Amino acid sequence: MISFPHNDNPVKLEVKDVAVRYDSRTVLSGITFNVHEHEIFGIIGPANSGKTSFLKVLNRMDIFNPAMSFTGGIVFNGKDIRKWRNVYSLRKRIGVVFPLPVGLPLTVYENVALAPRLAGVTRKTELDIIVERCLARAALWDEVKDRLDSLGSLLSGGQQQRLTIARALSQDPEMLMLDEFSIAVDPVTTMRIEDVLKELKKEMSIILVTNLVQQARRLADRTAFFLNGEVVEMGVTDDLFAGLVKDQRTRDYLDGRFG
Amino acid sequence: MFGASALNIRNRKVEGLFRVLFMLMTGLLILPVVIILAILTWKGGSVVDLNFLFTNPTEGMTSGGIFPALVGTIWLVSVALLFSVPLGVAAAIYLSEYARDTWFTRIINLAIINLAGVPSIVHALFGVGAFVLFFRFGTSILAASLTLGIMTLPVVIVSTRESLQAVPMAFREACWNMGATKWQTIRKIVLPNSISGILTGIILEVSRTAGETAPVMFTGAAFFLPKLPQSIFDQTMAMSLHLFVIATQVPGVPENLSYGVAFVLIAMVLTMNSLSIAFRVYLRGRKKW
Repeated sequence: MISFPHNDNPVKLEVKDVAVRYDSRTVLSGITFNVHEHEIFGIIGPANSGKTSFLKVLNRMDIFNPAMSFTGGIVFNGKDIRKWRNVYSLRKRIGVVFPLPVGLPLTVYENVALAPRLAGVTRKTELDIIVERCLARAALWDEVKDRLDSLGSLLSGGQQQRLTIARALSQDPEMLMLDEFSIAVDPVTTMRIEDVLKELKKEMSIILVTNLVQQARRLADRTAFFLNGEVVEMGVTDDLFAGLVKDQRTRDYLDGRFG
Repeated sequence: MFGASALNIRNRKVEGLFRVLFMLMTGLLILPVVIILAILTWKGGSVVDLNFLFTNPTEGMTSGGIFPALVGTIWLVSVALLFSVPLGVAAAIYLSEYARDTWFTRIINLAIINLAGVPSIVHALFGVGAFVLFFRFGTSILAASLTLGIMTLPVVIVSTRESLQAVPMAFREACWNMGATKWQTIRKIVLPNSISGILTGIILEVSRTAGETAPVMFTGAAFFLPKLPQSIFDQTMAMSLHLFVIATQVPGVPENLSYGVAFVLIAMVLTMNSLSIAFRVYLRGRKKW
């Protein structure tokens, strides 16, 4: 049985016995955990353990893929995400960062101004403030403030990934999901982004999917270990890394015996 | 190290042989184009001047210019575009961005492919039956242009759909994740980044439409009309049909007159095509990802 480590902050996201299927193939099952406010929740596990599918369901991206379906309960802000009639407003509250940075083929400025514009912000002064604030929070402002009009897709990989984070922040999310954000990013930028996440944690919940065990150790308050579509183990990150694990597979994974 | 073995030498020889072979094939391909252009320019280039372009045919079309045919072709192509571009682009957007892979969309795709394969003379007869007779448009620019439009619809749909699908899926997903609706995503990201491909496809369609003869022959293009069309319900002359007529139907037309018409027609088509190539090169230069 999976334990529920204690956390005093209010619950932001409740996941109860969730299973995800592509047609009849089950890629995830029996997923149960809560994510609290001001918490970084780490999800680790080897490739093909269903981590990305899980994030897609959280953001209701499953409706774009007829083969994809899920069962179980996912409650965000106290409301079942299936009852969220306006999926656009649900998605707006959940920012996503993909493994490969996606600089939209717009200027740096427009990349960050897009979400506010879609939400109806038209005043230039207001947009300026949002753009600067989001870029600054993503630790990118100093590098791009003199070339806001150049194309976002022409920035370096590390800069694009921070641009992606700035863009996710521009929609003013209550939760941020990062899917192996450091795959295409150099170590220095990775550390900068990690610092950014520690700051952001003060304002929102963060789900950090990572293939780097040490990254989860550095950032996550609690960590779940996904393997072959199941949660093998979940607990306070420090406990897991101190050796308080119940399952031998977790120990092997944390020790780098498979990956 | 390995020396040059017999096998090695043989491989190199075969490689050289195939290179030359493929080069010759390519050369053969270019040959007809060059010959056609050379003959047209040589025999027809001399008669083409402003006077030729802007005067009516005279003496039973055995001399004079091609003005009504030129204007007529522009009419036919423009009205055909007004019809096929909005319809084709809308259909392509639906198929590429909204439609799911169901039996219904598969049938539509099949229909588009089949429509592209229908011979133009069959389109012509359909045009007579549908537009000239059934809708009572008579033989008119409207009927001829609708026929041309239907004929080129699959080209517009396919080229537009390909341009849309060349926009990476990741861009759409990034937008959707931000809470954008499909239409917002299409308007802000997908269309701005595929418009070059869409326009290129449309320009190519124009050049194809301008050269078609069969579809306009029975539906709206006239043998000879000294005056210009006043509305889309009038008949008109057309370059392609005019060429056919003076080359085969009217006795005593000087040879270089027919070549002149052919020269103007192919010059129009080539201009449109080069425009589309130039456009593509220009936009490739500022490709955004």
